[in-house]
Amino acid sequence: MEFRDNQAIYLQIAEYICERILLKQWKIGDKIASVRELAVQLEVNPNTVVRTYEFLHQKEIIFTKRGMGFFVSDEAEDKVLAFRKDEFLGNELPVFFKNVHLLGLDFDFIKEKYEAFKTANF
Amino acid sequence: MITINNLSFNYGKRKPVFHHLNLKLSAGNVYGLLGKNGAGKSSLLRNMAGLLFPSEGTCTVNGYNAQERLPSFLQEMYFLPEEFYTPPVKIKDFVKTYSPFYPNFSLKQFLEYLEEFQISENEKFTELSLGQKKKALIGFGLATNTKVLIMDEPTNGLDIPSKSQFRKIIASVATDERIIVISTHQVRDLDSLIDPIIILDGSEVLLHATTEEISEKLSFKTVSVVTDHEKVLYSEHSIRGFSVVMPNSGHENNKVDLELLFNAALTNRQAIKDIFQ
Repeated sequence: MEFRDNQAIYLQIAEYICERILLKQWKIGDKIASVRELAVQLEVNPNTVVRTYEFLHQKEIIFTKRGMGFFVSDEAEDKVLAFRKDEFLGNELPVFFKNVHLLGLDFDFIKEKYEAFKTANF
Repeated sequence: MITINNLSFNYGKRKPVFHHLNLKLSAGNVYGLLGKNGAGKSSLLRNMAGLLFPSEGTCTVNGYNAQERLPSFLQEMYFLPEEFYTPPVKIKDFVKTYSPFYPNFSLKQFLEYLEEFQISENEKFTELSLGQKKKALIGFGLATNTKVLIMDEPTNGLDIPSKSQFRKIIASVATDERIIVISTHQVRDLDSLIDPIIILDGSEVLLHATTEEISEKLSFKTVSVVTDHEKVLYSEHSIRGFSVVMPNSGHENNKVDLELLFNAALTNRQAIKDIFQ
């Protein structure tokens, strides 16, 4: 996995797992990779993966069964969406607004572009 | 647990390499030891391994005084030096000779590592390249399953796929009972693996912190213009502007850039010390 420079690795791993869940590659109730399996796969310190799992556990995206590992929780998709929305509003939207302002773009124009993008892609 | 207490060390009568150095390393971590050439990384590792003796103070490893080199200490310690000697024998004969010193040695594990590194146990050390010799010794060291594993510049001389295999193998053997200490200049090879970070400089420990603490306290980013000059701990030109290290005033959660951290620590020693006190 290629890590970006602008975000802590444990959060990038959390995003990677959230994407697996949204893409339904990891389904509700599925057991997810153990800390060591994921650390080996991504070539990172196992303690970093522990931190990712604690973070996702706290966000109620995954839950733990004693001695059996971590599982995708029932509300995982909603929780992932909520988490990603917060991330987007907090990190990406300000950058977008900054560019809109710098380039002097008009919101009606952006809206038009957005509608065209939606039709073309979804 | 490795406890270094008030350790001073010097070669002959020259300037001390360490002066009253204190450091505590605990199990379950992969420590990354950084420092300039000549900062004393290898000397410190050799003190931990019982190969060099302090002129003052002590180095205790899991309750053993390293310098006494008791067999019960040595069988739980594997040290891979940067420059090493390999006898002119086949790998399997090397293993036959040296593995009995390590009660937890696993031949099965060793053969798996060799296979991963694409080396045969029937090869002779004299017929291997430097990188291949190193990989054979890394495999041997990991298969000893010692509680303490010390490696001096392990990725030097490894080719690109081997570096990735090395990271995978370290991730697989970094257990809660083990202390792994890796010294390196090649921080990009290992930056997602080593944590906590120790920076040695000027005969002392300049920084000792987990990446979690570092990213809480410092912010690493690229900016087009450097403002807030008084706050910037370090900055350097990059293609997209300036890469800067600043105190993390908000709740930014940047990835720790070890090269920038290292340069910041060396150019702004006192500020870094104050921040991490």
